[in-house]
Formats: sequence, C-alpha cells, structure tokens
Amino acid sequence: MKARTHYGTELPGMPRERLTGRLIVIEGADGSGRTTEVERLKEALEIDGHSIVDTGLRRSTLVGEPIDRAKQGHTLAATTLALLYATDFADQLENKIVPSLASGSTVLADRYIYTLMARAVVRGASRAWAQELYSFALRPDLVVFLDARPEILMHRAISKYGSLDYWESGMDMSISPDRFESFLDYQGRLRREFAWMERDYGFHTLDANRHPDQVHEDVRRLVAPLYAPTARRAGTINPRPGSTASG
Amino acid sequence: MADPGTPAQGYPGRLIVFEGLDGSGKSTQARLLGKWLQSRGYRVFHTEWNSSELVSESIRRGKKKGLLTPTTFSLLHATDFADRFERQILPPLRAGYLVVCDRYSFTAFARDEARGCAPTWVRNLYLFAPKPDRTYYFRVPVDVTLRRKRASRSKISYYEAGMDLGLSDQTEESYRRFQGRLKQAYDRMARTERFTILDARGSVETIQQSLRADLAPLLQGFPTGERLQHEG
Repeated sequence: MKARTHYGTELPGMPRERLTGRLIVIEGADGSGRTTEVERLKEALEIDGHSIVDTGLRRSTLVGEPIDRAKQGHTLAATTLALLYATDFADQLENKIVPSLASGSTVLADRYIYTLMARAVVRGASRAWAQELYSFALRPDLVVFLDARPEILMHRAISKYGSLDYWESGMDMSISPDRFESFLDYQGRLRREFAWMERDYGFHTLDANRHPDQVHEDVRRLVAPLYAPTARRAGTINPRPGSTASG
Repeated sequence: MADPGTPAQGYPGRLIVFEGLDGSGKSTQARLLGKWLQSRGYRVFHTEWNSSELVSESIRRGKKKGLLTPTTFSLLHATDFADRFERQILPPLRAGYLVVCDRYSFTAFARDEARGCAPTWVRNLYLFAPKPDRTYYFRVPVDVTLRRKRASRSKISYYEAGMDLGLSDQTEESYRRFQGRLKQAYDRMARTERFTILDARGSVETIQQSLRADLAPLLQGFPTGERLQHEG
C-alpha cells in the first residue's frame, strides 16, 4: 500500500499515521450538475455502508468573514484574493479533510483546488504560480470533471434562477458590460483551464451536457474500483503533473 | 540588486527595505531615515509589517480556536502583505516616490521556514513582490535583543518566542532558539539576496550616518515631491 501523496509540497505537521480514507473530488461549473451528483453519490455510498464526509469550497471559520466582505465589494486585487482562497482551502484541508481521511472516512469534495486554480489563472495568475501555490494539496484517489458547454450552463442557470449570477459571469473581470456575453466568455475561459489540468492532473472528464442519470451511472462506474477489495490505492491513480507544466 | 541610481524592476520609484530581528533597532532607523528624506524634499511612504484589518481578526480567532497551523499562518501573512503591497506599496512605487518598508517578504521567508514550511513554496507565494533597491539588514546577536527587551521591560509575545513550535515551555528559552533560527535564515539571505549588512550594536547616530551615506548615490537625480507636482 502506497502512502498518500501531495503535489510536491509536504505540509509541516501532517499526521504520521496513514490516511486510510478515500478522497473523491467532483469538479465542474455551476450548472454542470455537480452538486446534484455529489448528493446522489453520497447517498449511494452510504447505502453501501461507507462513512462519508462531504466538503466543498464553503467558507471556513478562519477566513470566511474576509472572503464574504471581499465579495460584497470590499475590492481586493487578484493576487490577494487568490491567496485568501488558498488560506481557506488549507484550513479545510488541515482541519477537516486530513482528520476525516485519518479516521478512515471517504471525503467527498464538491470542488477542490482545480476550480481555485482556474479562477486565479483566468484573473491573471500564471499557471506555474497557481500550481506551486496548491502543491500542498493531497492527491485525490479520483477526480471527476463534469464538463458542460457554456451555452448549456447558461440555459440551466436561467431556468433555475431566472438570471445569471454576478460571480459566475465573471463580472468582476470587466470582460463585457453585457452579462450574457460575459457569462459565456468567462465560462469558456474556465473550461480552457480545466482542459490543461485534465492532462496534468489526470481527471476523468465526463460529458455533463447529458441527463444527470446518465452522468451518475458513469460516476458510479468510476468510483466502484476504489472500493474493490484488491484495488488499493491512494496516490496511484493520478500521474504526477509534470514539473515543466505549462505556465 | 540594481546598481546605485538604477531603479530595480523598472518602477520609477525606489524601494528601501529594513530587515532584522525584533529589537535590532531597525524601526527607529527607518523612522529617522524617513525624516531625513522628507526634510530633503522627497515624498516618502512608510509601511510596516503589521497585520491589517483584513486578516488580524482571522489570526486572533484562529489562535483562540487552535485552528492555525504553520501553513495557514504563512498564507494569512502572505494574503495580508499582498493586500498591503497592492494598496500601499505599488502605487507610490509606480508614481515615482520613495517607499520605506519596515520588514518585507524576507521576514516571511525567515519565519515560515523556521516553522517548517517548504522554502520554494513560500517564495512562490511572494513572487508578486519586486526585489528592493536596497535591503538593510540590522545584524545583531540574539542575546543583545533579549537584553534590550529586558531593559525596555517589554514582554516577549507568543509568536515572537515561536511558542507555537513547542521548542521549549520556557518563554525565554523558546525565544532564544526561535530567534536563533531566524538569525540563521537572515544570515543566509544576506548572501543570496545581497543585503547590505549593518552592525546593529553600534550607536543610533553612527548607524544612521552610514545609512544616509550609503543611500546617497541611489538618490542622485531622483526627483523631489515638489518637482513631481508642479511643472516648470
């Protein structure tokens, strides 16, 4: 059994014992069916008898308040905001994900470092900088990327909320004063970032333009081997991103 | 580092950094230097390595609930510095003024590495911070800073003593070891980052005189505030 690994930077103070739980990440834009799939997968795995801890990019205790303030218009520059999100992620990793994995639970993450890296890069950070910033993250056992076209995301957002969200449209980036146009452009940019990460981080990309039932079936098929008695495990599924990765 | 008179990083302003252990006297010297520069007509911006409102509350809360780790501690300070850099340091630097920083990214390099963070990772966090035109390192033995602390009857703070590292239960012993690590880090950087080293055991007056003498070439042809505000 191989020890669980990270993306290049060892965190100080990590527990010595093996992190036996499984780390499953579901990535995808809002409207890709990500949250629905996380709920369904959690339910299914619990029925199978596994202990599941779900986590996401929700605000942690540590920096939740400054992030909320930043979003309400206390404007922060791109680098500051990227570092603030990284702090939030590190807090969740160390205080929630690691202890859960140490206790043997499966951690089901509704988004992970990949969304954070994509957001930072489309706002001007270099890919190399973002990769190094998040190099302390634990390597998941499985990353599923729910890939949907921006047009599909747009139709789903409008039918669900009746409008396009300010942040999901990348309005802070001044791409276009027209929210419709900005949304399509911004989501297209994020999708391009996921394309290189798919290669470098070994995602399993699923066509999320389809009905959620079909997506769920595919996800179940990808998850099943993680619980097969013979197929363990951690850190062996994804290849290490090349150190010369594009930047 | 740039040659005297040549601005680093292509910014028209000048970035002057003061580094060293607590109690090395660098803050006093930075203040006195600022006064002198102002009296000569230069527009000077002074910043300190203090936690801004953005993260100070987070640090307080994290400490109280025992949530802070070397990594989040490091990231919080980087966030804070990035915010200060983008608001307070970069605009005057681009506008062509003098910026005096009482501590800069080197403080984070020394502290975070002493807490076990990976050096490459920490340096990457601060890639946004340009190399200063001058970095003055106030070199002083740890014992001297401890004597100065006692003399001024100021208390050793929790993080100053590196108490979070569990080096010793005794504040003073922990302080000695932690500050010793910081000093080693500074001494190493003095070579790699080309610090200008000042023996901080000298008198305030002597040190200030050598500072002013060293800085003079950097100011040659540098415009005063008056000249930047009025044409003709």
